[in-house]
Amino acid sequence: MELKSRVPSAPVAEMWDRHKFEMKLVNPANKRKYTVIVVGTGLAGASAAASMSELGYQVKAFCFQDSPRRAHSIAAQGGINAAKNYPNDGDSVWRLFYDTVKGGDFRAREANVYRLAQVSVNIIDQCVAQGVPFAREYGGMLANRSFGGAQVSRTFYARGQTGQQLLLGAYQALEKEIARGGVTMFPRTEMLDLIVIDGRARGIVARDLVTGTVSSHLADAVVLGTGGYGNVFFLSTNAKGSNVTAAWRAHKRGAAFANPCFTQIHPTCIPVSGDHQSKLTLMSESLRNDGRVWVPKKAGDTRPPNQIPEAERDYYLERKYPSFGNLSPRDIASRAAKEVCDEGRGVGPGGRGVYLDFADAIKRLGADQIAERYGNLFEMYERITAENPYRVPMRIYPAVHYTMGGLWVDYNLMSTIPGLHVIGEANFSDHGANRLGASALMQGLADGYFVLPLTIGDYLGSNKLEPVTLDHPEVRATEAAVAGRTSTLLSIRGHRTVTSIHRELGKLMWEYCGMARTADGLRHALQEIPKLRDEFWHDVTVPGTGAELNQSLEHAGRVADFLELAELMCVDALHREESCGGHFRVEHQTADGEALRDDERFAYVAAWEYKGEGQAPVLHKEPLEFENVHLATRSYK
Amino acid sequence: MNLTLHVWRQPAAGAAGKFERYEARDVSPEMSFLEMLDVVNEGLIAAGQAPIAFDHDCREGICGMCGMMISGAAHGPMKMTTTCQLHMRSFKDGDELWLEPWRARAFTVVRDLVVDRSAFDRIIQAGGFVSVNTGSPQDANAIPIGKQEADEAMDAAACIGCGACVAACPNGSASLFTAAKISHLGLLPQGQPERYRRALRMVAQMDLEHFGGCTLFGECQEACPKGISIDFIARMNRDYLRAAATAREERAVGGTG
Ligand SMILES: Cc1cc2nc3c(=O)[nH]c(=O)nc-3n(C[C@H](O)[C@H](O)[C@H](O)COP(=O)(O)OP(=O)(O)OC[C@H]3O[C@@H](n4cnc5c(N)ncnc54)[C@H](O)[C@@H]3O)c2cc1C
Ligand code: FES
Repeated sequence: MELKSRVPSAPVAEMWDRHKFEMKLVNPANKRKYTVIVVGTGLAGASAAASMSELGYQVKAFCFQDSPRRAHSIAAQGGINAAKNYPNDGDSVWRLFYDTVKGGDFRAREANVYRLAQVSVNIIDQCVAQGVPFAREYGGMLANRSFGGAQVSRTFYARGQTGQQLLLGAYQALEKEIARGGVTMFPRTEMLDLIVIDGRARGIVARDLVTGTVSSHLADAVVLGTGGYGNVFFLSTNAKGSNVTAAWRAHKRGAAFANPCFTQIHPTCIPVSGDHQSKLTLMSESLRNDGRVWVPKKAGDTRPPNQIPEAERDYYLERKYPSFGNLSPRDIASRAAKEVCDEGRGVGPGGRGVYLDFADAIKRLGADQIAERYGNLFEMYERITAENPYRVPMRIYPAVHYTMGGLWVDYNLMSTIPGLHVIGEANFSDHGANRLGASALMQGLADGYFVLPLTIGDYLGSNKLEPVTLDHPEVRATEAAVAGRTSTLLSIRGHRTVTSIHRELGKLMWEYCGMARTADGLRHALQEIPKLRDEFWHDVTVPGTGAELNQSLEHAGRVADFLELAELMCVDALHREESCGGHFRVEHQTADGEALRDDERFAYVAAWEYKGEGQAPVLHKEPLEFENVHLATRSYK
Repeated sequence: MNLTLHVWRQPAAGAAGKFERYEARDVSPEMSFLEMLDVVNEGLIAAGQAPIAFDHDCREGICGMCGMMISGAAHGPMKMTTTCQLHMRSFKDGDELWLEPWRARAFTVVRDLVVDRSAFDRIIQAGGFVSVNTGSPQDANAIPIGKQEADEAMDAAACIGCGACVAACPNGSASLFTAAKISHLGLLPQGQPERYRRALRMVAQMDLEHFGGCTLFGECQEACPKGISIDFIARMNRDYLRAAATAREERAVGGTG
């Protein structure tokens, strides 16, 4: 396997223009002769499918929900970044580029990040043209706010429902193209394998989740926009259905998986309330603009918060990071919360929580202003916890939120399997070891509206593809593999439910591959995961049949893949003997407990190649060069 | 606390269905309603029985995937709350609950509490968009939009497409859903060029999908977890009437050649 990043040779600011000029084009009349499969219709997939259809390609789009409008992207609250510099506070494409590379702790590819910053401005224009109701000032101009870790106000938002409004914009564009006949939509259909013929991605095998029918779909290229894999931890802020299956199946067919251990733990989520907990709810990070984070100075202090005097409170983020304070980046804020809880200073049931207090902001701005800014978040918090954050400080704790790792892609967003492209959270490309707030929506839409629809033409225009039919032996073999797996899952009829195994896997991962990782812990996890996987394949029980709507079967297939991915995450985390971004190795920290990067040895992307069952995965390195943003230690002090 | 559930079980579309009785034991008030069902399902699976099928995904009240009638109320007893955001502290020990899928002519039952809401997507296909392709539109700030208009458009755009409005309506009408989209786009300058054509087409599609007519009962507004106002229906009706009138005029001017 060879990692060809295909980064154009030009100064970073000119690369994308040069590349657009040098790429092969498909003549407009020929575009309709090509079929492209898009799996996933979140921000990335829906925008890509709609835009490619507008260009003239025949698109087949797939999602597992009953409608493309429900993809996990819908849950994003806080906002989307763009280098518009409307507030005139010194923002620019260069600054967004710089912040993203630095925020990612120097583990992202400069070329991709620069392009992302460049097209960010087009995204806002496009969304406004579609009718996305972004927040406005009284004068009619777009409103901006600053968001986790940024010192300029470059975040656009639509109340606390930015993801919803952006997704509905992309969804409406998609529905427009479905009505026109350019896109055929397959909702409630799950991709279960990738069809690779002569080394190229030529289609997928998918299961109709209502009837259970398994069938193949062929195409000239396949695009995965299937989201992140945070649910490997069982408890995360991801939607319940979010999964790694599409990406993992592609990995097993030859797509390298990059930096799987780079996961993001979000500092502001509602703490776990009991064993029944099925998912965690994020409280938008925008809350940190006005809320102050604290815990009691004394361990074991169980007084209610209003009885703890000012002098006995530790506003630990403000204390440790005076210049960024409550707005310190996510990885730093999360780890700091874990530390104070480990010291016994956590609050709430179980002691895994810290306060996020609005008392000062309410005094300064009035409750009305606070309600205007965060009303819906406060309501959501109260609905879940039955506590009123206008009166009692919120309790928050970190939770798994986002995965920076994903399938490796080149500058064209193509994986190591020719013809297989990967966009949005499913790829590894732009966020390095840590993603900045409000940058995932930006990346998903950058990939889908402005990058992939052009780069896919380069692939289609420069390769001659032989026609394939459904009776091709490779198609038949892939279908048979899927059918075999399904019938195995249904025939085990053991004692353990899928959920109980998933929960156990999640606990292992949270304990040993979560916020702080040690070599010993990772080695331990690497012993336990195969045992649990074995137990799954011998003792799981999946009721019902494959020929009906069977939600246990769907879940079983996803957990089977998580059980394999988990191992690769630990292998990756163990091999990366440094701390960077969301990856904190306890052995590698400075005297005052900050992450210690090792640029000499680890300034590379770790791309893992699948070698078959029971075989160790093989590591390929894509060296990272920083010609524009110079390697430096992140400091938010 | 312990509760008794009577749950609609139906193996597939078109198959016969009936209520089955289940006991939900040791329910904690901190649990969400769906977590309570998860626990019941774990018990069913362990006993080798088919778990209760229900739709859900985000469990944060935003994707619109969840929804069921809980003792006759769409999304249950709590106002402005989706089923997934409902917590068991809204119920008390000994309660007996009846769980049914959305009932409406346009939504067929797929299995148990899962229904087919694809008619909503087809209503959007009929015109719930601005016809602008990806490209280089003008700068986003070139169209100033007053805060009030933007806020009102956002109020309408907040619809999550769950279908509670249809299920709550005695006529099974999709007017609130359709009106929300027509109003969101119709309130914004970007939506003006297609405003009347959009109203005409989306309303026509709504009728084709076998949704009932609106007689302004107002149940939809009460059931809506996002508090979408019934005023948007009045707005849709105005746009529709004007559209119907101008459409006739356009045809009259154009003639038949
Ligand atoms: C609670 C929350 C809040 C967030 N807030 C923000 C924010 O404020 N700003 C920000 O920038 N980012 C935010 N993020 C991150 C951001 O929302 C996601 O990273 C982003 O939306 C991912 O988009 P996507 O298109 O890549 O994937 P998704 O939206 O996850 O879509 C995945 C799609 O793939 C489909 N799919 C998956 N597997 C299969 C399969 N096997 N077969 C068929 N279809 C499949 C699904 O049906 C779905 O359509 C937030 C994330 C969470 C969890
Ligand atoms: S599951 Fe998403 S709204 Fe309830």
